[in-house]
This record gives sequence, C-alpha cells and structure tokens, in this order.
Amino acid sequence: MENGKKNKSKVFKWLDERYNLSGLIDFAKKKSVPKFRETIWYYFGGVALLLFVVQVISGILLLMYYKGTEDLAFESVYFISTKVSFGWLIRSVHSWSANLMVLSVFIHMFSVYFLKGFRKPRELTWYTGIGLLAISMAFGFSGYLLPWNELAFFATKVGTDIVGEVPLVGEPILKLLRGGEDVTGATLSRFFGFHVAIFPGIFVILLTLHLLMIQRQGIAEPEDYKNLPANEKKTIPFFPNFAMRELLIWLIVINILAILAVFFPWELGTKADAFSSAPVGIKPEWYFLFMFQVFKFLPGEILFLPGEFVGIVLFGIGILLWAIVPVWDRKTSKGGKNTILTYFGIFVIIFIIVFTILGFILD
Amino acid sequence: MSNHSDDSNQSSKPKRRDFLNILLGGGFVVWLGALFFPVFKYLEPPVVEEVKVSNVKIGAVEDMEKDSGKIIKFGNKPVIVIRKQTGEYIAFGGVCTHLDCIVQYRKDYGQIYCACHNGRYDLNGRVASGPPPAPLTKYGVTIKDNEVIIYQEST
Repeated sequence: MENGKKNKSKVFKWLDERYNLSGLIDFAKKKSVPKFRETIWYYFGGVALLLFVVQVISGILLLMYYKGTEDLAFESVYFISTKVSFGWLIRSVHSWSANLMVLSVFIHMFSVYFLKGFRKPRELTWYTGIGLLAISMAFGFSGYLLPWNELAFFATKVGTDIVGEVPLVGEPILKLLRGGEDVTGATLSRFFGFHVAIFPGIFVILLTLHLLMIQRQGIAEPEDYKNLPANEKKTIPFFPNFAMRELLIWLIVINILAILAVFFPWELGTKADAFSSAPVGIKPEWYFLFMFQVFKFLPGEILFLPGEFVGIVLFGIGILLWAIVPVWDRKTSKGGKNTILTYFGIFVIIFIIVFTILGFILD
Repeated sequence: MSNHSDDSNQSSKPKRRDFLNILLGGGFVVWLGALFFPVFKYLEPPVVEEVKVSNVKIGAVEDMEKDSGKIIKFGNKPVIVIRKQTGEYIAFGGVCTHLDCIVQYRKDYGQIYCACHNGRYDLNGRVASGPPPAPLTKYGVTIKDNEVIIYQEST
C-alpha cells in the first residue's frame, strides 16, 4: 500500500488536492458486508441497478428510430425489428431486461422484507425502494403499450379501467392517463412521455436517495447476525471482495440476458385496432398476471358491490399494508422476532405464485 | 414603566410578524395556485366534438353468414353485430361492462364472450357468467331495401 501511495499519478494528486479523493477511498475501504448464510440476497439490488443501466442504454438506442404516434408506432417498431441492423436485438434486450429488472426488484424487495432490513433506522430506504418498485412496474406498463399492438392495446384498456374504478380520484386520473375517455393515440403520446421523460426522472431521484441512504447508514444486518458476539461476526470487505462478486453476478446476468434476447426474440404481434375483439387467450405481463387472474375469478357482485371494485379495494389495502410495514411491525423494531411478519410474507409469496401459475395454465 | 413597555413590545412584535407570515404564506399559496392551475388544466384533454351518429348501414342481409358476429364502427364506438342461426340480426354495444375490453361472438358457446376475463353474455346481452357487472347496451336493427341498418335505441 505504501508503495502504491508513492506511485500515485500526477492526475490523482491534482484531483486529490481539489476533491479529497483520499477521503473517499478511506470511506470505501471501511465498507464491509456481513458474511452469513443469506449473503447471496445482498446482490440483487445491484443486479436491478445493472439492468436499469441496460434499460437506459437500450432505451436511448430505440429512441433513435421509434415514433410515438398512433399511425407510426407499430410500423416503426416493425422497422426496428426487420430493417435496422441488430434492431431486433436491441428491442429484444430492452424487453427482456425490463422483465429481468422487475424480477430482480421483486427478489430484492422480498429479501429485504424477510431479513427485516426495513426496520429502524432504514424506513426511508424501504419507502424509496417501494417507490422504485412502483415506478419499475409503471415503466413496464407504459412501455408495453409503445409498440401499439393488439395485446398492449387491451392490456392498457383493462389496466387504466381498473384505475378508473378507484373511488373519487379514479375518473380524473383515468382521463389524465388516457388523454381522453378511451385508449387512443392520445394515450400512446402520454405513455410515451411518461416512459421516456417523467418516469426516468423520478426513478433517478429516488434511486439516488436510496443509494445515498445506504452509503450513509451502511448495509443492514439481520437480527440473528447482529446478536452474534463481535468475534463471530464475519464480514467481507466491500472493495474489492464484494464488488468483484457482484461483477461476476452481473456477468452471469448479462449472459442470461443475451441468451434470452437472442434465442427468444420478443414478438411484435398484430397492430392495435380499436374496432376488433380482444383476442382469445389474452394475458398481461407475468408480473400483473396474479392480479389479472384474481379479477377473472371475482364474481360480478360481492355483497351488492361490483366484484372488480371489491378486488381493487382489497388489493389496495394489501399493497398499502406491505408498503408501510415499518409502521406496523412494532416487534422487530424493538429487536424481537416477529413471526407474523414472516408468515404474512410467505402467504403473499404463495398467493402470488399460485395465481401466477393459474394465470399461465388456465384459459 | 420600563417593564410595561417591554411587555407590550413582546406581545406586539410577534403579532406583526405573524401577520406578515400569513400574508407571505398566503401569497405563496396563491402564487402556487396560479402556477399549477394552467398546468392541471393543460393536462385535462379538451372535449373533441363528436360526430353524432344515429344509424350505420352495414351492408346487405346476405353479406353476413348465419351464426357469426363482427365488430362495426358506430361513430367512435365499437358495436357487435350478430347474425343468429335463424338469420335474425341483433346488435349490442361492443365494450365489455367489466373492464373495457371488446367482446366477440363465440359460435362454440352460442354466446357473446370477452377474452380478457372470461365474461359471457347471452344473446339478449344479459350476463350469463363471469365477472361483468352489467348487461351490454342493446342496439336496434332494421332491414330496409335488403340493407341492414344498426341504430341507437332511444332510451
């Protein structure tokens, strides 16, 4: 190390004098990650981050050819997929990476939930994470419409109609989202704007806060690990050990992404037509599938209320409870184990898995 | 005396400050309102004048096969027209009352079907099964000079 310091370049010295790089390096050296059975889950936030970067880059590339209007959207995506060199690849990467990103955000969230990483003093990190998850799904939902194909058209009709069912605010929000009463070219323009301008802006702000808070407070230690005697607490230095492992996982993820994008190129389907029936077997993206399946099962009326309304209210309450878990989890914040919390989490996972599978296999 | 004047000073000073704060705060709120009002109004899509359609001609009677259905444009609304096995024509609003998808005629069920959430309606437009909360709107059909005309029934 001593040798290294002596050999520091002039550039480094110039920068260090002005920006105190040594301070940053000292901080980085002290960073460490707890080493225990569940350390693997600590990598998924980083995976989501990598895939977000992939999304930004591939998204900007798609913007070079995409045209966000009713008449040209489908044709421009068709043009990208058939005429532009490697256009099919860029589009396929963007679609697959979106799905993998949502998946890793979900894994990241559940691991934080079960390891109780949201408890005091990290409540705000959890809330910004919930915001990032919501925007990731909003990214997926808005991006899904952009090719202006039949599936996307009906998915958007259903999705926005559900928003319209929310009491009081639903109707104005529906109009705001659709740019009118129905899903039309106006909706496409708005979704395009959300997808490439508004969501990225909010996402970057939340992500910056999320990461700053983690740097400021250090990584969360789960209860069992925290209570170990100091000499039994194993850690891995963040630099270079953890970072190198994260890089290795990134490499694996990029390979998975490449395999999926190349061998399972994303379909385009047929152009949306506001005057054609919804095709038989229509399904939303997998991360909305469990909700979709529940809506299929709900009867027209439950206790004199419209079935879909009851569904929306129940989902709303469930999602809200999940989002504000730091508020109602009193036990864990005092250092005790909250088994109800774990059972609730397991129930949610089983619920999601069962209804997702039903959504795939049932007509 | 000096005490007295101190007291009056203390009680009057915050009052003046409070007044200024309210004035400034109120002004700020009004300013925000003036700033956001046009933005909110801008986001609200203008109502486009719709061409009023009272009836649509869809072609000759024999154009549609028996036991089949199709979606037609009724102004800017989709309408499903079905020709029953008997040769009789019927028509309903094509938008599912559940979550806004467009329905279709299913020969195999002999019913109107919505592919989004498995909603089914009978050939009177009433809900037969599945999640739809309300029946489809009925449209009228007349045949004039061998031409099928769909019209909106006055309610």
